[in-house]
Amino acid sequence: MKLNIDGLLVYFPYDYIYPEQYSYMLELKRTLDAKGHGVLEMPSGTGKTISLLSLIVAYQKAFPLEVTKLIYCSRTVPEIEKVVEELRKLMEFYCKQTGESNNFLALALSSRKNLCIHPEVSSLRFGKEVDGKCHSLTASYIRAQRHSDPNLPSCRFYEEFDSVGRQVPLPPGIYNLDDLKDFGRRKGWCPYYLARYSIMHANIVVYSYHYLLDPKIADLVSKELAKKSVVVFDEAHNIDNVCIDSMSVNITRRTLDRCQNNVDTLQNTISKIKETDAAKLKEEYRRLVEGLKEANVARETDVYLANPVLPDEILQEAVPGTIRTAEHFVGFLRRFMEYLKSRLRVHHVVQESTPQFLKDIFEKVCIDRKPLRFCAERLQSLLRTLEIADIADFSAVTLIANFATLVSTYSQGFTIIIEPFEDRTPTIANPVLHFSCMDPSIAIKPVFQRFQSVVITSGTLSPLDIYPRILDFRPVTMASFTMTLARTCLCPLIVGRGNDQVALSSKFETREDFAVIRNYGNLLLEMSAIVPDGIVAFFTSYMYMENIVASWYEQGILENIQRNKLIFIETPDAAETSMALEKYQEACENGRGAILLSVARGKVSEGIDFVHHFGRAVIMFGVPYVYTQSRILKARLEYLRDHFQIRENDFLTFDAMRHAAQCVGRAIRGKTDYGLMIFADKRYARADKRGKLPRWIQEHISDGSLNLTVDEAIQLSKHFLRQMAQPFRQEDQLGLSLLTLEQLESEEVLQKIAKIAHQT
Amino acid sequence: MASLSEEVLLVVKKVRQRKQDGTLYLMAERIAWGPEGKDRFTVSHLYADIRCQKISPDGKAKIQLQLILHTGESTTFHFSNESSALKDRDAAKELLQQLLPKFKKKANKELEEKNRMLQEDPVLFQLYKDLVVSQVISADEFWANRLGDMNNSDPTPYNNKQDVGISGAFLADIRPQTDGCNGLRYNLTADIIESIFRTYPAVKQKYGENVPHNLTEKEFWTRFFQSHYFHRDRINTGTQDIFSECAKQDEKGLKSMVVQGVKNPLVDLLSLEDKTLDEGYGVSTTTPSTSNANRTVKESSNAAIIKRFNHHSAMVLAAGSRKGETPTDQASETSSTDGNSRDSDFFQPPVKKVRLQEAIEYEDLQRENRLKTVALNLKKSDRYAHGPVPLQSQHYTTSQDIINSVNHIRHEMVNYKPNLTQVLSSTAASSAITALSPGGVLMMTGTQQAINQMIPTEVQGELKHLYAAAGELLRHFWSCFPVNSPFLEEKVMKMKTNLERFQMTKLCPFQEKIQRQYLSTNLTGHLEEMLQTAYSKFHVWQTRRMLRKT
Repeated sequence: MKLNIDGLLVYFPYDYIYPEQYSYMLELKRTLDAKGHGVLEMPSGTGKTISLLSLIVAYQKAFPLEVTKLIYCSRTVPEIEKVVEELRKLMEFYCKQTGESNNFLALALSSRKNLCIHPEVSSLRFGKEVDGKCHSLTASYIRAQRHSDPNLPSCRFYEEFDSVGRQVPLPPGIYNLDDLKDFGRRKGWCPYYLARYSIMHANIVVYSYHYLLDPKIADLVSKELAKKSVVVFDEAHNIDNVCIDSMSVNITRRTLDRCQNNVDTLQNTISKIKETDAAKLKEEYRRLVEGLKEANVARETDVYLANPVLPDEILQEAVPGTIRTAEHFVGFLRRFMEYLKSRLRVHHVVQESTPQFLKDIFEKVCIDRKPLRFCAERLQSLLRTLEIADIADFSAVTLIANFATLVSTYSQGFTIIIEPFEDRTPTIANPVLHFSCMDPSIAIKPVFQRFQSVVITSGTLSPLDIYPRILDFRPVTMASFTMTLARTCLCPLIVGRGNDQVALSSKFETREDFAVIRNYGNLLLEMSAIVPDGIVAFFTSYMYMENIVASWYEQGILENIQRNKLIFIETPDAAETSMALEKYQEACENGRGAILLSVARGKVSEGIDFVHHFGRAVIMFGVPYVYTQSRILKARLEYLRDHFQIRENDFLTFDAMRHAAQCVGRAIRGKTDYGLMIFADKRYARADKRGKLPRWIQEHISDGSLNLTVDEAIQLSKHFLRQMAQPFRQEDQLGLSLLTLEQLESEEVLQKIAKIAHQT
Repeated sequence: MASLSEEVLLVVKKVRQRKQDGTLYLMAERIAWGPEGKDRFTVSHLYADIRCQKISPDGKAKIQLQLILHTGESTTFHFSNESSALKDRDAAKELLQQLLPKFKKKANKELEEKNRMLQEDPVLFQLYKDLVVSQVISADEFWANRLGDMNNSDPTPYNNKQDVGISGAFLADIRPQTDGCNGLRYNLTADIIESIFRTYPAVKQKYGENVPHNLTEKEFWTRFFQSHYFHRDRINTGTQDIFSECAKQDEKGLKSMVVQGVKNPLVDLLSLEDKTLDEGYGVSTTTPSTSNANRTVKESSNAAIIKRFNHHSAMVLAAGSRKGETPTDQASETSSTDGNSRDSDFFQPPVKKVRLQEAIEYEDLQRENRLKTVALNLKKSDRYAHGPVPLQSQHYTTSQDIINSVNHIRHEMVNYKPNLTQVLSSTAASSAITALSPGGVLMMTGTQQAINQMIPTEVQGELKHLYAAAGELLRHFWSCFPVNSPFLEEKVMKMKTNLERFQMTKLCPFQEKIQRQYLSTNLTGHLEEMLQTAYSKFHVWQTRRMLRKT
């Protein structure tokens, strides 16, 4: 259907539309008009992606000069591929409606592992190996060496792309990862580099967060993307953690040992080169005197020579004299390393700020702040000059250099924690230096500054106001949309008591309490008898799940559950869990029914959807608080309190509730879907917890279902499931939660819709 | 009753039954007992009639074996040979154990099948009532023809017995019971043993290797239940356990399953992340060290339990669907053995494409173009959801079907063109018309308002049943010709008497009844005609046979 969104003609590739989709587009249009940023929450399964794509594509077509590019960031590879498929559907609809052929170029970009077509390289299993192997075939200096020695191995796909592919732009079309590979095979071009090259002139780019947020990658891939782009972060409820992860560094003894080896290799290579080719080192010295500008123009293949965010001023300056010659720099690295080693020799936990650390390093080994700042750049230049082939091995020294640069660049937002041992095993010495980022806004700041509009969206972003605060930006629109339902297809229940009136809770004091564990077991057992097909249960942590499973086993609860359904359990091993997941789905498919025991914050809770019969009930055992004893977390909480005025408890609850919402939200993927959401912890009943759940879940929690016993919950569930099992037709939805074009044009409906979108 | 060629599988002497000494015989299809010194059996049960057997506990003075029949009756045998009573009893028990399940399945299957047919087909049911219940023919005769027919006409659904899956909790069903003196007793049935074997092929292999030459069956299962293998949370005590190898084999199987990877790319957690952080970056890289040295005993046993459940569930699932799996397995094998991932890429996309398409589908946003079905319009849905539901299966024709067929007919009528070159000649046509018009040759006998108005419906129904029954009997009768075997001869004689009996017991009373009601008697004329034809055929056949004999 063709829609009129505030004066913009939007093609929408379906015959009907949900009212919330319409409001969502309206809100999005306002954001784009204002050239500002936005935070939009809309429940999963209400067609967020297609609304986003429809509107932004329409906007791009209408104002090609205002918005030149859409950068769509999602979290997982399947998500990325889904987005591209939806886009393909949209574009096909455009072609059919307008009769014109498609002139848009849209493509997905992923790591080499998913795009490589070189027979040997792509057969490697791990992303890191693929990257390393690829690098050893395509790095600029290796290719330069090949001029003198043609026997060196090469990648014909890259060579072909390099000689021909750059001149011919990728023809317009929608390219998913597999399409890129097909295209690459047909032409004999490397799909990865083709994609990386093509994102510069593509209209729509779909890739993962890291390409924008991780400075090491962003610097190489996304640096030149046009300013007039719209950036969308989908599934953004965890965006702050992604930011923090990309800026934090951990150093262990092993890292330092490997670094030591690296430095030795560097030393040897330098002395060798000095004998044979002294001119090369002199040339490098000259370059460094001139400044980093030139050195910074790295060729695109040298991914491994990446550097963390550098403030612009460094790039203008020349490298300080103390580390300008190669030997001096190696000596400098040695000194820095020795210092770190001595710091790791502590017997108690140390926590300090970056200025303290810099002061200490100056006093102990006379290393100044300025040369430290240039460490990463200097190392990059050296590695390039020495033409070291096997660059994958130098990750340790690169890590140390990156750490040096970061620690000297930011005086705020980071903390240094040195732990001599793990908390659980105080007898085993395993010192770790955590250099931990506490301010997610540092990593995302360049994105907000550079791009015209950044939209943060997800099914669970409540409470909305916290994201602008922790990411430090000022949105022009913030809105949360609820799910309009013709039938209440979700049934959130809070089970606070067992049948014996024991209060159910996963809080620390009652963790080992057998009464609680037994009641949790009863809940699962009874549910397994009444819920058809699949049940997913989430625990607060892996340790907790292990303990509970063990005592359920001893008490014979699991055996009884097995009478009703098969049991599958998430393990720390991803491959094993994948298998369990597949078997789980198989068991749901063939009607036997299954239970998946899983962990909040785990891989399953973050990336796997349980549509329809794969998840008819989700049970959340306990409130998934993060492990609060971690020093890193404590430091972060303190930082949040001091700089953003967010109280510790507020943040912890917010964090726990967003994960709980993620978990239970996995079961509902659309209006035709239905599922039970069982919160098995009495703390959910409190207003401060409940209030932080997304609105679309909150509004279905009735006052009567705040503190149920297991039996009561079973009764309600039975009733709910029987109602839901009745046929549900399109006519039931029409006019309420589903609109035709005519309905959308009537004034009355529009007013109703306006009410749905809540401005917050 | 003892027929000539019955194979005797086991003879046990000195078995008492009702305080009478005698001999127990286990034959191919039945178990029988006869008192000493007499050559007939006073007790004889077909295996198919036996529901289960029970034996007296080991410590008891009397060594007995009890058979419980489906009817609820039971028979107890007391083994009284002092020296070998226990041995005798066990021999009988074991043999029964092997024999009973075979017959049980057969009996149940047949019964179910017959029951189903009767339920689905009301006409057949009526026929059954008319012929079998009123003892015109025996039930066996009735079914002999029927079941054969069914099997021939549509062999697939009935000949292939459907594989039954395994209950997920079969291990839980083996409830150990304390025997009062510090020991546990496990009751194993043939079903449970089969479940164990199907789920854990490694155990089956062990069983084949060790039983009976190394261990007796009992010892084998005792060890099984004691083993670390059965109690996964117990820490391995020694390597002399014969099941430790099984555990290893299972581990290997699990690993190979894991290595094989998953077919659905959407659940593959390994390829979920696009770009993982390099080593050393990130906040939570201090993953709890997985080296076993660090783990406490409790933790590793917990992990073992979790592994076990995953494995158990996977095996139960696999045991249930082993057959259907094969083609897909082959596909995955070809792709994985190839090693070259480029080839495996070619296999991948279709599955992936389909899954992705499924994932982005919004069925309610699209216009429906499915078949319109009749919606169930419930005034009180609660009543439907919670009230009693009668067990009935009925086939509805959807209104769409009806509309379709009406349309179809209409369409045909529109396109109908009479083929004028091949119609009757005008004279033939006019004579046919006169014959058919009132007073014509063909309209002499019955007036139009015939049967349905003249005769009360009750009589009509009775007539219908008579027709059905007679038809069935005649079918039996005629199916005997040509009579070329002694069996058929016998049958044909029997059917003749059956037909006569039918005429006497059913048809004649009916005739009298309609005569009493002054209805036209030739209602049954046709029936009689049919019977007469059969009789005359029979006579012809009989006279011919007599001639041949003499």
